[in-house]
Amino acid sequence: MMKLAKTILLSAALLWGAAQAWAAVPQMPRYRFENFTTANGLPNNHVYSVLVDGDRIWAGTDDGLGLYEKGKWKVYTTKDGLAHRAVLSLALDKRTGDVWAGTMGGLSRISGGHIDTFTQLNSGLSNDVVYGVSVEGDNVWVATAAGACRLSLRTGQWSLYNERNTPMIEIWVYSVSATPSKVYYAVWGSGILEYNQKTGAWDKYEDPDGETEIVLFKDQGLIHEITTSVSYVDNILWAATYFGASRYDGRRWHNFLTKDSGLPSNFINSIKGVDADRAWFCTDKGLAYYDGTNWAVYTPSLTTRKPEMMVRDAEGHVTAIPVTTAPAHNYILGIDFQGKDIWVATAEGLSHGIREQ
Amino acid sequence: MSGQRQWMLRAAVAGALAAASVVFFTMAVLPARTAHADRRDTRYDRLDYASPLEMEFSPDGERLYVLCEGTDEIRVLDGNTYAPIKSIAVGHLPRGMGLSASGDRLYVTNTWDDTLTVIDTGALRVAATWHVGMEPSGVVEGRTGKYVFVANRISNDIAVLDAQTGHEVKRLLAGRGSSYLTLSPDGSRIYATHVYPNTFEGPAGMANRTPPESEITVIDAARAVVVERMQLHSIAGVFHLAISADGRLGSAAAYHPKNMVPLAHLEHGGAFADTLMLFGADVGKPVEIPLDELERYASQPFGVAIAPDKAQIFVTCGGSEAVLAIDVRRLMHFLRTHARPASGSFEQDLAASGNYVTARIAVGHNPRGVAVSSDGRRVLVANRLEDTISVIDPRTDRVAATIKLAGPKIVSVLRHGEQTFYDARYSFQGQIACATCHIDSTFDGLTWDLEPDGFGRDIVDNRLIEDLKGTEPYKWNGGNPDLPTECGPRTELYFWRSQQYDDLTLADLVTYIRSLPARPNRWRLPGGELTPAQERGKEIFERTVDKFGKPIAEANRCSFCHSGPKGTDQQRFDVGTKAATDNSGLLDTPQLTNIALTAPYLHDGTATSLEEIWTIYNPHDQHGRTNDLTKDELNDLIEYLRTR
Repeated sequence: MMKLAKTILLSAALLWGAAQAWAAVPQMPRYRFENFTTANGLPNNHVYSVLVDGDRIWAGTDDGLGLYEKGKWKVYTTKDGLAHRAVLSLALDKRTGDVWAGTMGGLSRISGGHIDTFTQLNSGLSNDVVYGVSVEGDNVWVATAAGACRLSLRTGQWSLYNERNTPMIEIWVYSVSATPSKVYYAVWGSGILEYNQKTGAWDKYEDPDGETEIVLFKDQGLIHEITTSVSYVDNILWAATYFGASRYDGRRWHNFLTKDSGLPSNFINSIKGVDADRAWFCTDKGLAYYDGTNWAVYTPSLTTRKPEMMVRDAEGHVTAIPVTTAPAHNYILGIDFQGKDIWVATAEGLSHGIREQ
Repeated sequence: MSGQRQWMLRAAVAGALAAASVVFFTMAVLPARTAHADRRDTRYDRLDYASPLEMEFSPDGERLYVLCEGTDEIRVLDGNTYAPIKSIAVGHLPRGMGLSASGDRLYVTNTWDDTLTVIDTGALRVAATWHVGMEPSGVVEGRTGKYVFVANRISNDIAVLDAQTGHEVKRLLAGRGSSYLTLSPDGSRIYATHVYPNTFEGPAGMANRTPPESEITVIDAARAVVVERMQLHSIAGVFHLAISADGRLGSAAAYHPKNMVPLAHLEHGGAFADTLMLFGADVGKPVEIPLDELERYASQPFGVAIAPDKAQIFVTCGGSEAVLAIDVRRLMHFLRTHARPASGSFEQDLAASGNYVTARIAVGHNPRGVAVSSDGRRVLVANRLEDTISVIDPRTDRVAATIKLAGPKIVSVLRHGEQTFYDARYSFQGQIACATCHIDSTFDGLTWDLEPDGFGRDIVDNRLIEDLKGTEPYKWNGGNPDLPTECGPRTELYFWRSQQYDDLTLADLVTYIRSLPARPNRWRLPGGELTPAQERGKEIFERTVDKFGKPIAEANRCSFCHSGPKGTDQQRFDVGTKAATDNSGLLDTPQLTNIALTAPYLHDGTATSLEEIWTIYNPHDQHGRTNDLTKDELNDLIEYLRTR
């Protein structure tokens, strides 16, 4: 009898301990990933960009622009007027519903199912390789391989921004995030460029250490000059580089590296802020989410390809969460939100993360 | 008889027959239609003609609102007796109007002021004036009263305004020359048309030999977003559009140019097809039906109205001075019993309209807007260049009454010239007029293969005709020294295929064309000063040395050839744009007046944008020294050119 009582007590203690341990793991969002590839209608598996427009999902791929609507894919190609088959970036004009697509051969606008295109030959666009596009008010802001530019939809005027009229040193502009107050450009090799919409003044943020991967002082400034992506949300600047990520609140920088955060890789293709505290990081080693304290990484295992979800708490404890699905590939290129769901562009397909917890 | 003598004899006989037919035609047809010329006055000044363009009944039918383009006013008439009630001054050159959902407000677009006048229809006074986009034209208010939609012709978009404050919420991309708007009967959709073809989207060099494309833009009225662009192939001008009361049949007046073939077949109906684009549940896929028939063309279709019972469609034909009545039942029968061409267009069938056009009702000069009374018993047509309203009884398809609007009784020189400009009767079988290609006295955005240069030779872009004085010679090759030559024998011989201008008519026509002013330039700041980009562009335009410090030869400076107030030195130059189809590279230097509006560019319309003139078609700096410029400098130059 005593033996049975001991066994029960021991079991209860073990269960309590396990529950305590489990309770210590931060509750991070869990998703069931449904993946789209050419096998189920995606025009190409290499997805550079993804854009959510209500119930419609746009996927910029290496071979056309896919529109997923009501369970079916419609594909826009150069035959439909798309500037180029490779669609690198997407932006939605929320007021009009027009979608802007930055491609390897110009900037296309999809409006009411029809496409018109701006190139460096037929318009004031600075360069046909359009890495980034963002719409704010009556202006379309564009990041190209030869500088930044702005198209006024009111007047048709193109304004070009480059080393001649901004603090930009390099002109290889990778990403743009435009808001009513500020416009930020990620300039590859030239840090972050800031445009103040009110004053028309430019400012620049660079890595205080220069183009070096050595960080002399943590949180001294932008983590690296080679910026790849920028996202400005709730007056917070989120910046991605190939050597880590940064958050800037206007006064202080906070940098994220694999060694002191939950980032799975310092090689970050894209970043998207949810709000002032939360952001998503699209890396070459999976999709990472940061809730202001804790991290979660979603990816197929780099070795076994089995789905993984790793959670890292504030103390650096990492816990593997059992999952049965993962994004289509670990090489993540873009993300957008659909309510609580996420849509993820990867090198091997488009993934729909359906929120479960 | 030698072959040559046989040919000469045949030519002589043919010439005699042609001359006889001209005499016969002149005697048989013209006398009744030239009566207005007898009233011609010798005054050259601009008189205050009302020039009614559009009309609309109040919801209760008690009032008729008449938009008078010439006097910048809305005239309010009794809806039954047509007695004048009041005139309300609006902005300059009003073009479109629309009643609010409740009828308590009348919106009027003012094309030269870029404003929208809001009239309180209870008090019959102006309640507000709101600023809108460039050259506002059509206007409708959504059924919920939340938004007002305004089609802006120059900015090619549709402004969405807060109906209470006039604050512009957003702009929707529309077709080029965005102009006319129609709300569907259930209020769910707005249909928008545009008068110039959309910009060519395709390989460089093909712009001028590709059929034009237009669209009907479909807007979700509640969300104010574009949900569809109904593509109209080979169409280059779409005007008013009407939807049947049951919402199942849409109908839009359209120009179908035949500019891909030489303009040498007017006698075979080879210049334009005047058509209706039909769409909606009744017809399935959009289908184009011709209004023309041999010897009875329907030049410049403009206004469209569908009777409340959907029994008839009425179409005003501004150049033919007639209203066509179409029997809808017969039209549907025609569509059901005739195999639809793969193109979706019956435009080539000049016998088709005989199946459904049941009446051709002669009205006044340049009939435009059409309004149908709510009981369907009266069809009113605004005769713009006669200051009258024709009241048609649709039961008899006859003009029951003609209402004269107050105004000058005489026909001035300018008025007669304008009538001549819009009147198609001078061309063979009344097919086309000056205004067919110069829509609303502007241009058509098309390139044409004109006959005198040889078939397939010298493809030319149609040019704007505003503020022409001091820009002669004319034609792209500078071959016509003055407007009488340009508009008279050349036009008669090669375009009209018919010689019918008397000296005074030609003189009046030329006087009218010379009187056309340049529209306000929308890229210039109100005070005339230049923006920093425009200022930089002006410096490039006027520079004499290139960026490497080398002097630019005079003929290679922008400001040398494009000199003077109009931007032309009136000389001919070879700017290196001679195409394989051109007979010569020597071209008249075109004026720069309102150049921002007039795409495509270059003499043959190969450049779809100002940028392409230099990014594609100036590889050797013959069209000005530009290849030393950076992209942003070229953008600056273009910003300056837009101010001209």
